[in-house]
Amino acid sequence: MSDTDDNLTLTLRVWRQDDSETRGKFADYKISRISPHMSFLEMLDILNEQLIAQGDEPVAFDHDCREGICGTCSLMINGQAHGPDKETTTCQLHMRRFKNGDKIVIEPWRANAFPVVKDLVVDRTALDRIIESGGYVSVNTGQAQDANCLPIPRQDQSSAMDAAACIGCGACVAACKNASAMLFTSAKVSHLAQLPQGDPERPQRVLNMVAQMDAEGFGGCSNTYECEAACPAGVSIEHIARLNREYVKASFCSSATAAEPIQAGE
Amino acid sequence: MSQTVLNSNVPGGPLADKWQNHKNEMKLVAPNNKRKYDIIVVGTGLAGASAAASLAELGYNVKAFCYQDSPRRAHSIAAQGGINAAKNYPNDGDSVHRLFYDTIKGGDFRSREANVHRLAEVSSSIIDQCVASGVPFAREYGGLLANRTFGGAQVSRTFYCRGQTGQQLLLGAYSGLMRQVGAGKVKMYPRREMLDLVNVDGVARGIVCRNLKTGEFETHAAHAVLLCTGGYGNVFYLSTNAKGSNVTAAWRCHKRGAYFANPCYTQIHPTCIPVKGDYQSKLTLMSESLRNDGRVWVPKESGDSRSPDQIPEDARDYYLERRYPAFGNMVPRDVASRAAKERCDAGFGTGETGMSVYLDFQRAIQEQGEDAIRSKYGNLFHMYQKITDENPYKTPMRIYPAVHYTMGGLWVDYNLESTVPGLFVLGEENFSDHGANRLGASALMQGLADGYFVAPYTVGHHLASRTLKPVTTAHPNFDQTRQEAKERVEKLIGVNGKRSVESFHRELGQIMWDNCGMARNADSLRAAADQIHTLRDQFWKQVFVPGSGASFNQQVELAGRVADFMEFGELFARDALAREESCGGHFREEHATEDGEAKRDDEHFQHVAAWEHTPDGDDVRHKEDLKFETVTPSTRSYK
Repeated sequence: MSDTDDNLTLTLRVWRQDDSETRGKFADYKISRISPHMSFLEMLDILNEQLIAQGDEPVAFDHDCREGICGTCSLMINGQAHGPDKETTTCQLHMRRFKNGDKIVIEPWRANAFPVVKDLVVDRTALDRIIESGGYVSVNTGQAQDANCLPIPRQDQSSAMDAAACIGCGACVAACKNASAMLFTSAKVSHLAQLPQGDPERPQRVLNMVAQMDAEGFGGCSNTYECEAACPAGVSIEHIARLNREYVKASFCSSATAAEPIQAGE
Repeated sequence: MSQTVLNSNVPGGPLADKWQNHKNEMKLVAPNNKRKYDIIVVGTGLAGASAAASLAELGYNVKAFCYQDSPRRAHSIAAQGGINAAKNYPNDGDSVHRLFYDTIKGGDFRSREANVHRLAEVSSSIIDQCVASGVPFAREYGGLLANRTFGGAQVSRTFYCRGQTGQQLLLGAYSGLMRQVGAGKVKMYPRREMLDLVNVDGVARGIVCRNLKTGEFETHAAHAVLLCTGGYGNVFYLSTNAKGSNVTAAWRCHKRGAYFANPCYTQIHPTCIPVKGDYQSKLTLMSESLRNDGRVWVPKESGDSRSPDQIPEDARDYYLERRYPAFGNMVPRDVASRAAKERCDAGFGTGETGMSVYLDFQRAIQEQGEDAIRSKYGNLFHMYQKITDENPYKTPMRIYPAVHYTMGGLWVDYNLESTVPGLFVLGEENFSDHGANRLGASALMQGLADGYFVAPYTVGHHLASRTLKPVTTAHPNFDQTRQEAKERVEKLIGVNGKRSVESFHRELGQIMWDNCGMARNADSLRAAADQIHTLRDQFWKQVFVPGSGASFNQQVELAGRVADFMEFGELFARDALAREESCGGHFREEHATEDGEAKRDDEHFQHVAAWEHTPDGDDVRHKEDLKFETVTPSTRSYK
C-alpha cells in the first residue's frame, strides 16, 4: 500500500543543534517513498530510521499523543508554526499537503523564552510558570458544593470552553514576531473570567499572569493576529481583548497588585 | 502454581457502609505533622495530578514527576467522551447502586466489589470538585449540567466537555497542581523517567529517575511513593496511547516486589480509525459517544463494493441493533469490538483491506440537523477528516477496533497499596475497578476518584500507622539502585548492533496483536511467549541505540521502554494462557457460547491472578478470590 505512484520524494532542511549552549545549523536530507497518507511525524519517523540505519543520530523532536490534543509537538514548517493547515497541529498534518519534489524547512519554535534543548525540542516550562502564577481557581479538594448550585448560562460555558481549548503548545509564541505569549495567557484568563468559579480571584489572576509573562521574557502584543492564525485549537484573539479589559479593570478598579514573579530554574 | 490467597484488606460491614466505616477507622496525621512527610507522585495524569494537588493541600511535601515536558501533557488529556457520575440529574432512575452494578457487570464480574462500590459512591463528589475548579462541562439552556449516554448503561450519567472531556479534567487537575507548585508544597520534576523503586527494610522509600534533558540519574527519598503512570497498551506497538506511554515504572516496581494483576485484561476499543499502512505510528480513537448518534453497519452481501451511499437500507446489516436489540449500538466495548471482528473475518468488512465497518450519522443528521451534530462532535469529525481525507458529514466513518486501555495493572488492596508497603498505585496503572472490561467514561472517574478522594485518606493511614524511620538518599540502597539503573542504560547502548529500537517494538506489537489480541487460544498464546522470548534475545544482541546516555537522547528512552515491554509481553501471554475462560476483553476461542459470546468459568476463575516476580524470571501466580456479597454474577447479556 505504501509503494504507489503518488509517493513523494522530498528534501528536508532540518535544524540540528546539540544543546542550548551550542550553535545550531541546518542539515539537508533527501527522503523518498513517502505516502501522502502519512502524517508529518510519521515522515520524520522514516527519516530517523534512515539516519539510524546509517549509524547517525536521529533528529530529536517533541511529540506524544499524535492526535492533536496534548500540545507536545512543535515544529516550524516552512516558516509556519505547525505548518500550512488551519487549526491543525504538526502531528495531524498529513503529507498529502505536499507535492513531489518539495523542499521542506523544519525549525524549532524560536523565542528567547523557549531555549532549544536539542534539535527541534525546546523548553516551554515558562508557560507552566504563567499558569502557576494564577491560572487556577483556589479550591481545595473537598471544598466543592453540589455542581448544579452554580448555574452557568450556556453561552458563557461555550465561550469559556472556546478559551479553555488551548493545548499549551506555544505556536502562538512561535508565530508572533515579538514572541509574545498573549494568546496563551489570555486563553486562561478568559476561560476563568467568564465563569462564576473564577470570579473572586479575577483581578489578582490577570495581574499576576501578565507580570509572569513579562518576567519570562515574552514580547509585547502588537495585534498582528499571527497567533490566532497559527493556533491549532482555534483560540480567538477576542480573548486577548478580554484580557486587556480584565487588566485595565484590575489595575484601576481593584486594590490588587501583582505578586513577585516566579523565578525559573529547578 | 502457587495457591497463596492475597488479602485485599476490604473492611467489614455492609457493602454500602464499608468506605464510610473505613474512613472512620483509618489513622490520621495531625495537621502540624503533615509537613514532616515527603510523598513522591510519579505521573501527572488525572490520578497523579489530582493526588499530588490534594496531598499538598493537606500539607504534605510532594515531589511530582513526569516524562513529558509539562505535567499538562499526560495522556489523560486525550480522553474524549466523558466522565460518569451517579448524580441522577436527568431523573432517569440512576443511583450509586446502579452505577456500581453497571460497572461491575460491565467488568464481567472480575473486579473487586468493594472498590467498585466506593468508586460509585465518590463519583458525585468528583463532578462537584471539577466544576468548582473551573471545568467547563456542557450545560443545558437553563445553565444546569447536561448529560449524555455511554455504552453499557441505560441511563444518561455521562458529563462532558464537547469531545475534549479528558483535556478539560486534566487541565483542571493540572491547575490545582500548579497552584501547589506556586505555594511551594509541590516540587515539579518534568522530563524525568522513573527507572526504579528504592525499598528500605521492605518499604517503598524512594525512586531512581533519569533526567531526560541531561541524562543524569537522580535519586529521591520519601515516606510514600504513588505510582500513577497509566497503562501498558503500547506493548501492542499500535494503540490509542501516546507514543511515550510505557510500562517501565510499573514493571520496575514489579521486579522490586509489587505483584502484577491480570495483565491479560486489555480493552480493544471498537471505534478507532483503521490502520492504513506499514508506516502507521499510532491509532486514533473516535469517541464512544459517537455511538449515541452513529449507527454501525456493514453490507448484507459479502464483497458488496458499492460506495456506502449507493447501498440501500435493505442491503445494510446494522449488526449491533440486530444482535443486541436492548442496547443496540450502545453495547459495551468488548462486545462491539468482537462483533466488528466477527463481521470482518466473515468477509463483510468494508474499505480497501476489508478490515473496517461503517459508523453512519446519516439518520442523526437528517433528524437533528448538521449543526446539532457539529456542536456535539465537531472536533472528532474534524480530526477524522484530517486523518482520512474523508468528510464524515457526507460519507460514513470507517472504523475498526484498536488497543485502547488496560484493565490489568499492579495489584493493590482496598487502600490502593501494592504488595510493597508504602507503594500506592492509582488510576489505570492499578487493576482494581474495571475487572475484565471497562465501561466508557469510567476511566476518568477512576483516575480522579483515586487521586482526589481515596489516596489522600489511605496514604495518611500508612504514614500514621507505621513507624517509618528517617531515610535520606544517603542510604546505601539508593546508590545501589541508581547504579543498577545506570548499568541497564549503559548495557543498552553497549549492544551497538545494527537494528533500530523502533523495528523491535513494531515486531513485538505484531506478535502481540496476532496472538494475544481480540481473540486468543492456547496455541497462539504459547507461540507468542516463545516468539517474544526469541525477539528479546535478538534485541540484546542486535539493537542499535545511537548517541550517548549522558545527554538528551530519545532513543535511550525508547530502548529502555521497549526492553521492559518485551519482558512484560511474556508475562501477558502467560497470564492469558493460564486464564482458561473468556471474560470481558479476554476472549479465549476455546471458551465461547454457541452464538459466539464470552463464556466465563466462575467455578475455577472467579479470582484475580497476581503475579510475583522471581529472580529466575519464572513468575509465580497468586490468587485473590473475588467474593460477591451484593451482586450475583450472571451471564452478561445486552440482548
